[in-house]
Amino acid sequence: MAYSFPEEVLEHVFSFINSDKDRNAVSLVCKSWYEIERWCRRRIFVGNCYAVSPRIMIRRFPEVRSVELKGKPHFADFNLVPEDWGGYVYPWIAAMSRAYPWLEEIRLKRMVVTDEALELISKSFRNFKVLVLSTCEGFSTDGLAAIASNCKHLRELDLRESEVDDISGHWLSHFPDTCTSLVSLNIACLVSELSCSVLERLVARSPNLRTLRLNRAVPLEKLPNILRRAPQLVELGTGAYSTELRSDIFSNLAEAFSGCKELKGLSGFWDVVPAYLPAIYSVCAGLTSLNLSYATIQCPDLIKLVSQCHNLQRLWVLDYIEDSGLDALAASCKDLQELRVFPSDPFGAGPNVSLTEQGLVSVSEGCPKLQSVLFFCRQMTNAALVTIARNRPNLIRFRLCIIDAQAPDYLTLQPLDTGFGAIVQNCKELRRLSLSGLLTDRVFEYIGSHGKKLEMLSIAFAGDSDLGLHHVLSGCESLRKLEIRDSPFGDKALLANAAKLETMRSLWMSSCSVSFGACKLLGRKLPGLNVEVIDERGPPDLRPESSPVEKLYIYRTVAGPRFDMPGFVWRMNEDQAWRLS
Amino acid sequence: MIKRIELSQFSLNKQVWAYRKDKGVGVLLEIVMSPPLLGVGEEADQSNITLLASPASLDRNVCHNILELKEHNYMGLSNCSSVDSSTISTTSGGNNGCLNLKATELRLGLPGSQSPERDSEFSLLCSPNLDEKPLFPLHPSKDGNYLLSRKTVGSGNKRGFSDVMEGFAEGTFLVSSEVNVILSPRPSLNSVLKSVSVKENTGTQPPKTKEVISKNTAQEKPCTGSEIGADRVATANNNSNAPATKAQVVGWPPVRSFRKNTLASSSKNAEEVDGKAGPGAMFIKVSMAGAPYLRKVDLTSYSAYQELSSALEKMFSCFTIGQYGSHGAPGREMLSESKLKDLLHGSEYVLTYEDKEGDWMLVGDVPW
Repeated sequence: MAYSFPEEVLEHVFSFINSDKDRNAVSLVCKSWYEIERWCRRRIFVGNCYAVSPRIMIRRFPEVRSVELKGKPHFADFNLVPEDWGGYVYPWIAAMSRAYPWLEEIRLKRMVVTDEALELISKSFRNFKVLVLSTCEGFSTDGLAAIASNCKHLRELDLRESEVDDISGHWLSHFPDTCTSLVSLNIACLVSELSCSVLERLVARSPNLRTLRLNRAVPLEKLPNILRRAPQLVELGTGAYSTELRSDIFSNLAEAFSGCKELKGLSGFWDVVPAYLPAIYSVCAGLTSLNLSYATIQCPDLIKLVSQCHNLQRLWVLDYIEDSGLDALAASCKDLQELRVFPSDPFGAGPNVSLTEQGLVSVSEGCPKLQSVLFFCRQMTNAALVTIARNRPNLIRFRLCIIDAQAPDYLTLQPLDTGFGAIVQNCKELRRLSLSGLLTDRVFEYIGSHGKKLEMLSIAFAGDSDLGLHHVLSGCESLRKLEIRDSPFGDKALLANAAKLETMRSLWMSSCSVSFGACKLLGRKLPGLNVEVIDERGPPDLRPESSPVEKLYIYRTVAGPRFDMPGFVWRMNEDQAWRLS
Repeated sequence: MIKRIELSQFSLNKQVWAYRKDKGVGVLLEIVMSPPLLGVGEEADQSNITLLASPASLDRNVCHNILELKEHNYMGLSNCSSVDSSTISTTSGGNNGCLNLKATELRLGLPGSQSPERDSEFSLLCSPNLDEKPLFPLHPSKDGNYLLSRKTVGSGNKRGFSDVMEGFAEGTFLVSSEVNVILSPRPSLNSVLKSVSVKENTGTQPPKTKEVISKNTAQEKPCTGSEIGADRVATANNNSNAPATKAQVVGWPPVRSFRKNTLASSSKNAEEVDGKAGPGAMFIKVSMAGAPYLRKVDLTSYSAYQELSSALEKMFSCFTIGQYGSHGAPGREMLSESKLKDLLHGSEYVLTYEDKEGDWMLVGDVPW
């Protein structure tokens, strides 16, 4: 008989299955499994908030406890998406406030969150525990005050790199004295001064606090007091790391750090005074994660620091680390898995530090577990890339940004096709790739042939013709997100691979050569996609059909058209006459 | 003479798409009848014809001209070995001159297809054998320096409608065999112009100094449509001197605003360690009364109120065009800069901002 197991047993079995992919697979086995699974799914991830509507989500999954939503396209981080494009969370919150009274966790990325939304969250979900707002905007510290006041069981408040209208630091006082549940507090993006005594009291009454990331306004002299009240901290983000040089402050600080035996991650270090760096030496041996990407520490001090962090797995740092620092890293940090090197002077006319491709080669040689790289530099060679690829076939994420757009191999003046080709060919598990430098269609040929596990590809100022795009769309079987800017890709490849777009989450193309006519065609032929043209010059039908659109964002959806499009976004899926008249 | 090119399928309008298998590039061709070239030689390894035989030397950082081209890459620019300095007879001195081409009007143009010209395979001229459709022409200005013929600029996402039309209105251009195009290699114009440095496969010597290399690479700049605005504004400032920073392209390099703003204030606070001026960007939101959307503007790319004001004028000009359109201002035709200014000066818009205390101030009261 079909029902060999009672539902409860199946539910219990399913409770061990947490990955979305597996859950989705389970739900396809048969109707009864579909039903059982949907009632017991507790965690939902929506990679594109417009791909599905709150109503559809709620209808299928009535008992959700945790929701994660992402809004704007990734290129919004670089100001390529105009203001008011969309990504509003309020409709979701409103719907969930009625349907999910037991919701515990909300995680948002690149969404517009208002104070009203925050207030609604704080009042609708009695058991609310986790709020993570990553690169969000649209809210102020008043909204945070509402969260602090009303969420009695709040465990996590993490503002990542959101843009907050920072009215004052007073909101922190809204945490009632009865709130003792905090596990993670990340307010590093806030600007206003906070009351240190309020902060200290909050920390003191939160015995479970594991992650604390302070903002720049918290002075260094106050840090020891905070640390003493939270010796169990695992992750710390300091505030400003500078003050007048005084030995008593130093010893206080060093002592406080040595009391934090569990510390595994450090970040912050705004405005560093290098003389105070040795205060953290006592914890270096235990560190697995170090984020110095806002710290203007020069190479010699960086070398001294990283040489002591033998267990480091993740390092985010500015290019002050230079090649010699990366050599030291390669020698000392054999467990390194992720390296991100950010530019200290991205808009300068020339290099201000001695960071070259050689540094990355060293790390690729010395760190056998390196799998994730984000590297900004000013020069690169095919030879270096080939070496990196050979050294590190286990790379999963490789994002290279050569600051001068379209810079060739500086030794041979050749395009960097061969180098990136080696990366995709050798690194068979590569899931994410960002290209830069001078690149022809050939690199896309390599990517199409070898990038079978590639899920996300970022292209800028690359390629010669539609063939490039065609290689990618026809070859990359696992492609989910493709974002392209300023590349000569037009209608041909897109139309020839239109069906591919339904297998992907989204495609972004800006300053390319896709014509208005092609967009209309795509929109009409593929009802499962929203084809949105973003064009600030005015309605696209005032220009010839062959006229390229400024920006194009195509995504698959089951929710149909969105109704919150601003004036500069046009949807191509139906007869536009009524819309534009 | 043209080497055999394997043609593939399609043709767009009057052009033919061809995929050069030997190069692995797509090329756009338009072939017309024309008298044969004189003195055509052939480069040993790669292909294209060049009028002048000798390879350019790498120790100049002057961009060398290009000659003729049979084909051009997608952007409408020829792939051609750049050539001999001896052809630069008519250039006006060293690094600064650009040759004015009477017959050839080159303008940076096509919206959306603004992938910048290749450095090493770059050329701007066409051979008389082919009528090539310039997809990205560069417009020489009167004083011989190359400028963009963009009429409207903005450091945001906008490009003027007139620019779009220019790109399309551009017909084929003639080529004279004397045409030499020299792009100014000055750093100030980097983002606007593309240098044509010497082709790598002509057997030239490796670069003599690293500095030359870095200059060359520094000269490769994207000339993209949507970024022209930012470029242009900065260019306008940087006309005579080497600037401390490059003109900025929107969203490039891809550094988040949060990080940019933080670095900017770090460098101000910490008395910049490496001695350079703090380069980070400060983004502010600007909205115009009646406009449907806001714009984000980077304050550090301007050094005076006047620049900010003109940039904002241009950015928001699309609304004024709409408003004044019915008053006889040209619709589809290009609006000249002066006309735009007239329109905006005739309007009642003033710039205001909100200061730290939350008061609204008139822009210009406080020194920049």
